[in-house]
Amino acid sequence: MSAIEMSAIEQKEKELIQEFARYPDWESKYKHLIQIGEKTSHLSEDQKTESNLVRGCQSQVWLIADLDGDMVQYQADSDAAITRGLVALLTRFYSGVKPAEILQHQPNFLNDIGLSQHLSPTRSNGLLAMIRQIKIYALAFQSKLSARN
Amino acid sequence: MTTQFQIRNDFPLLSQEVNGNPLVYLDSAASSLTPQTVIDRITRYYSQEHSNVHRGIHRLSQNATDAYESTRDEVQRFINAKSRNEIVFTYGTTDSINLLAATLGSQVQSGDTILITEMEHHANIVPWQEITWKTGAELAFIPMDSNGDLDLDVMKDLLRNRRVKILALVHISNSLGTVNPVEEIIQIAHENGTLVMIDAAQSAPHMPLDVQKIDCDFLVFSAHKVCGPTGFGILYGKEELLNSLPPYRSGGSMIEKVELTESTYQSSPFRFETGTPPIASGIAFSESIAYYKTLGWEWITRTEHELFAYAENRLKSISGLKLIGSPQKRAAVLPFVLEGIHGMDAGMVLDKKGFALRTGHHCTQPVLRHFSIASSIRASFMFYNTKEEIDRFIVAIEETKAFFT
Repeated sequence: MSAIEMSAIEQKEKELIQEFARYPDWESKYKHLIQIGEKTSHLSEDQKTESNLVRGCQSQVWLIADLDGDMVQYQADSDAAITRGLVALLTRFYSGVKPAEILQHQPNFLNDIGLSQHLSPTRSNGLLAMIRQIKIYALAFQSKLSARN
Repeated sequence: MTTQFQIRNDFPLLSQEVNGNPLVYLDSAASSLTPQTVIDRITRYYSQEHSNVHRGIHRLSQNATDAYESTRDEVQRFINAKSRNEIVFTYGTTDSINLLAATLGSQVQSGDTILITEMEHHANIVPWQEITWKTGAELAFIPMDSNGDLDLDVMKDLLRNRRVKILALVHISNSLGTVNPVEEIIQIAHENGTLVMIDAAQSAPHMPLDVQKIDCDFLVFSAHKVCGPTGFGILYGKEELLNSLPPYRSGGSMIEKVELTESTYQSSPFRFETGTPPIASGIAFSESIAYYKTLGWEWITRTEHELFAYAENRLKSISGLKLIGSPQKRAAVLPFVLEGIHGMDAGMVLDKKGFALRTGHHCTQPVLRHFSIASSIRASFMFYNTKEEIDRFIVAIEETKAFFT
């Protein structure tokens, strides 16, 4: 597939893999994640509510989402630095994408950037739970959009 | 004279590397490592002896039954129970507590109280919560103070002023390491006519247990924390008490006589054991007990005491490290937080450096709330750990601090 035929999300995926190729060892990878987390705007204290908490994470993760036109915008935060980086990575990746595309997307890029070990279903840092919550929001927005049309 | 060097050769997993670093296993409170003799016993069972127990008259089945049942005798001696009938095989501590909660719980009524403590593992909270929802009984808690010790005065009041059917408490806290004075507590509970269950999941691996001496009514633990296989555990109960309980699961082996409309049940332990059990694990647990016997409690307790004191002192010397709680008597586990670093972050970095630790809430969320902590790091120790490993741990913690600054 040529670059022209690539969907927006595929393009994002490619860029992300290129970005992480610069960080081959775990130390630089974690440091980079921490940086991503620091650079991403944090949620305000009143957004860190019980109902915005993502269940299934060892650290606290809050996720909120809004519909901007027909694209979803995500924002997230965590009390742990590496986890904040992970959620920031995900929210950056899935923001500005249409709900239908988010629902179809398989986050295989996490393998390619060497973060798949964080996908274990229980007791992990909850990456899987975050992705599930991201998709639940996408599903809700998709129904809202189809009701509108 | 046993040396730790020899001991370490008994555990094949200890020679592993993680991420290019030698594995430092500080998570024995979650599960202890398995000695080669236990692994070999499992292999031998499956390659030469496998057959179902308590059923066949053929040679294999009889041999398997003999081996499986001899574990009951070993466990009886391991905890000094009066009779082998007092040793019920389960699938682990959680299963043992569920069994007890379901059976003893059926004899609890509205107006009764079930008493537990603020430092219980979720496995010793949730099964009792369910019984109170079903029966209308109340669940009460013995609080702990800021050091992480139980408030025995409150306990005395609760025992005196309520109809407390059962007190279920942990011997050594898995998240704080507090060693509770169970003998004293059991005596006070008995004076008030309350039955006591001891959760010995964290004490069975580290100290000799004598159920007759402490006089507990029930005691539970898991094989896999005592150098044994997973999926196998123990419920000890005084024989007359076990025989007063209804069955838990129904099926084969637990019955004496089955008519189409009614059945009569076996007495303990078989009343509570139905279906094909984890035979290999049960048989191999004898080898775990044999391993403990070879090392000897005297050596184990002395070695672990020295190791623990060394670790506690070294950890205390790290600036920005705060041990959680300071109970009068602590063993097996050391929980701590690093100032400004989330437990999860520290755990992820330490994992990359080869350290196996537990981070998070350790299945004791109420304990962490008590100390206003979201996530702690827990290092737990066993006789196969060394002072050299602790030295490396201290260096790794310093490096972790540096990583996040």
